[in-house]
Amino acid sequence: MKMTRLAAILAATLVAAPVAAQNLHFPMLNYRTGPFAPGGIPFADGYQDYLTLINQRDGGIGGLPIRMTECETAYNTERGVECYESIRGDNPLILQPLSTGITYQLIPRATADSVPIHSMGYGRTSAVNGDVFPYVFNYPANYWDGASVAINYLLSQNGGSLEGKKITLLYHNSAYGREPIPTLERLSAQYGFTFTAIPVDSPGQEQGSQWLQIRRERPDFVLMWGWGVMNAVAVQEAANIRFPMENFIGIWWSGSENDVRPAGAGAHGYTSLTLHGVGTDYPLYNDIQEYVVGRGLAAGAGDQIGSVLYSRGLYAAMLAVEAARTAQQIHGTAQITGAMMRDGMEALVISEERLAELGLPNFSASFEVSCRNHGGGGQAMVQRWDANAGRWNLISDWISSDRELIMELVMADSAAYAAENNIQPACAN
Amino acid sequence: MLYREAGDFKTSYASDNQTFPIRFDRYAYWAVLILALCVAPLFLNDYWTKSIVVPFLIYVIAALGLNILIGFCGQLSLGTGAFMAVGAYATFKLTMAVPGLNIFVVFLLAGLVTAAVGVLFGLPSLKIKGFYLAVATLAAQFFLIWLFTRQGWFFNYSPTGMITMPERSVLGITVTGPAASAHAVYLTCLVFVIGMAWLARNLTRGTVGRSWMAIRDMDIAAEIIGVNPLIAKLTAFAVSSFFVGVAGALLFGVQLGAAEAGEAFGINKSFLVLFMVIIGGLGSILGSFLGAAFLVVLPVILKVFLVDSLGWPSDLARHLEIMVIGALIVIVLILEPHGMAALWRTIKEKLRLWPFPH
Repeated sequence: MKMTRLAAILAATLVAAPVAAQNLHFPMLNYRTGPFAPGGIPFADGYQDYLTLINQRDGGIGGLPIRMTECETAYNTERGVECYESIRGDNPLILQPLSTGITYQLIPRATADSVPIHSMGYGRTSAVNGDVFPYVFNYPANYWDGASVAINYLLSQNGGSLEGKKITLLYHNSAYGREPIPTLERLSAQYGFTFTAIPVDSPGQEQGSQWLQIRRERPDFVLMWGWGVMNAVAVQEAANIRFPMENFIGIWWSGSENDVRPAGAGAHGYTSLTLHGVGTDYPLYNDIQEYVVGRGLAAGAGDQIGSVLYSRGLYAAMLAVEAARTAQQIHGTAQITGAMMRDGMEALVISEERLAELGLPNFSASFEVSCRNHGGGGQAMVQRWDANAGRWNLISDWISSDRELIMELVMADSAAYAAENNIQPACAN
Repeated sequence: MLYREAGDFKTSYASDNQTFPIRFDRYAYWAVLILALCVAPLFLNDYWTKSIVVPFLIYVIAALGLNILIGFCGQLSLGTGAFMAVGAYATFKLTMAVPGLNIFVVFLLAGLVTAAVGVLFGLPSLKIKGFYLAVATLAAQFFLIWLFTRQGWFFNYSPTGMITMPERSVLGITVTGPAASAHAVYLTCLVFVIGMAWLARNLTRGTVGRSWMAIRDMDIAAEIIGVNPLIAKLTAFAVSSFFVGVAGALLFGVQLGAAEAGEAFGINKSFLVLFMVIIGGLGSILGSFLGAAFLVVLPVILKVFLVDSLGWPSDLARHLEIMVIGALIVIVLILEPHGMAALWRTIKEKLRLWPFPH
């Protein structure tokens, strides 16, 4: 441990040395190629456009311009590691790989190098416990929150009881898809519903046998943890067997336009969770038009603006910029390092007033981050697809998750990780 | 002129039988060894070590292993990814169960576990051949990955099925985990590559290797001259799986640090190593090095050149990279169907006569 800390300090001093550059490095680990590109492209565009907006409109954060670098991961963990190695010496401030697999690879490395990771709504759920994962954040909500919110939503729809109901989870057979299973198993014992989990192998183009099983077992509700092409195929298959769409609920990664458009009218009524508002009816989009699109600086093809995943990228960038601002205030310097950025993320407060100031009123839930809670408030909304109008509509207010149960599971999992890797608690001081 | 046998007199059987009969090759071999062990660590920076050299070395071991099975013994296998996963998960379970065990020993034990699993899945090779055997090994691929993603014991019941490598050190130097220095990681992999390549070269030169090649060339004839197909095929599976298992252990323990069976060791990995062996050259130790370099190093160099030097958008560079590598594979295989090692063999023949060809 001493060696690790020494190495970390050494790395920090080595990294801090070339401050002459005077800018804030925001690396972008994107995937615009490969089977998951339809999800990766809008997110990357939103992320980049927001940072461009901050540079163009405000001249950067605290007077320092943001420097963006892009690295293509193709959603592949080995490439993700290669990307990380290529930027780690360049004073990166925040990593957002948009991949649970890559996040898992980066957690030990970034922690040793003092680079914070923000896995927004993905990644390792037990990173909520900042005591064990000081450099990893997953606010505003995580997969276990998502599972709990989905069940709470179903409870509210069914008069507060799911006794005797059958709930099936259709999941991407990877670390990502397996995340909610322990939580759902616990909830099934608590609320008395029957729970089954059906895996779909990546990338998920072939789901005939899974939907045959669903047809045979006739579950009352199907939850989905899918990504990329798997979502669209699942929605199509559900439409084919005439599964009632309002009983088919996806996580926030299974609720974009790309997932429902291919099924046409059959997808009408498909429901998914979301972390933020939808559409372009926010004042911020005027600025995006004026400073980014109007000046010909839009990322990618510029055709994703306003889509669900574009909004998600925008939201992720907004939280990163706010954290950098907080870090600058805490440390009284504009040129922050990764370690300072971490302090900013840990002290991040997103209030409704702040959201309104940023031009995103009621866009997301308000939350606070602390050392013992890197996971924010854990709230999500429910949105429903209107195939006729071709848009998502919010159908609920913010729904909270069962945080007590989730913290219990988080503590168990993070304690196991701390024991395996011999980690000392970080929050004591 | 320099590259020839003439004037290099052999006065004993030992010198006549040595691995490199040409003096120039011997010098080159020692020069490369000294370069890799003593000089390279002085010049390699973190990025080059961890994202180019170390993956290259690890895939060399995997390609050597598969080359023994396909190139030397003629048994087609599509289960390489799964056998690498066996090595990785064995490493994980062993380090968790016996925390004090030297990590080098753990890697070798992981190789031995994989060898045992390989023999088990090599049993069908006694009955079936060629493409049918490939399908049988494909079953190993799917079965083992299923096992590692669904049976909680293998990943200590972590909710996601991810395994994470804890920090381990050898002689006080951290070798695994995020705190390991680039040099420690590089030298660890290099020691394994040198040891494994030496082992592979000498095994294939000896009795075992000759019995493998006899089986490859014609199994019935081999049986008639007294080669036991049971022993030959199963030793090939065991040795090959041992190599592949060590490669998987190093990939997980030293390079990635965390892995998930379906993602890191899927069918794509099996094909990647198979392509390395085919492009590099079947039945050639040098071919394993060339094939691994072609498919691991070239894409990264191309990316560094296009994105970092020319400043192209990263997605465009990635698309171009897929096209360039694909085109190069086709070109290499058309120009030299026996792989890049055969290209080197031709150059060698020409060099011996240079500058006075017949």
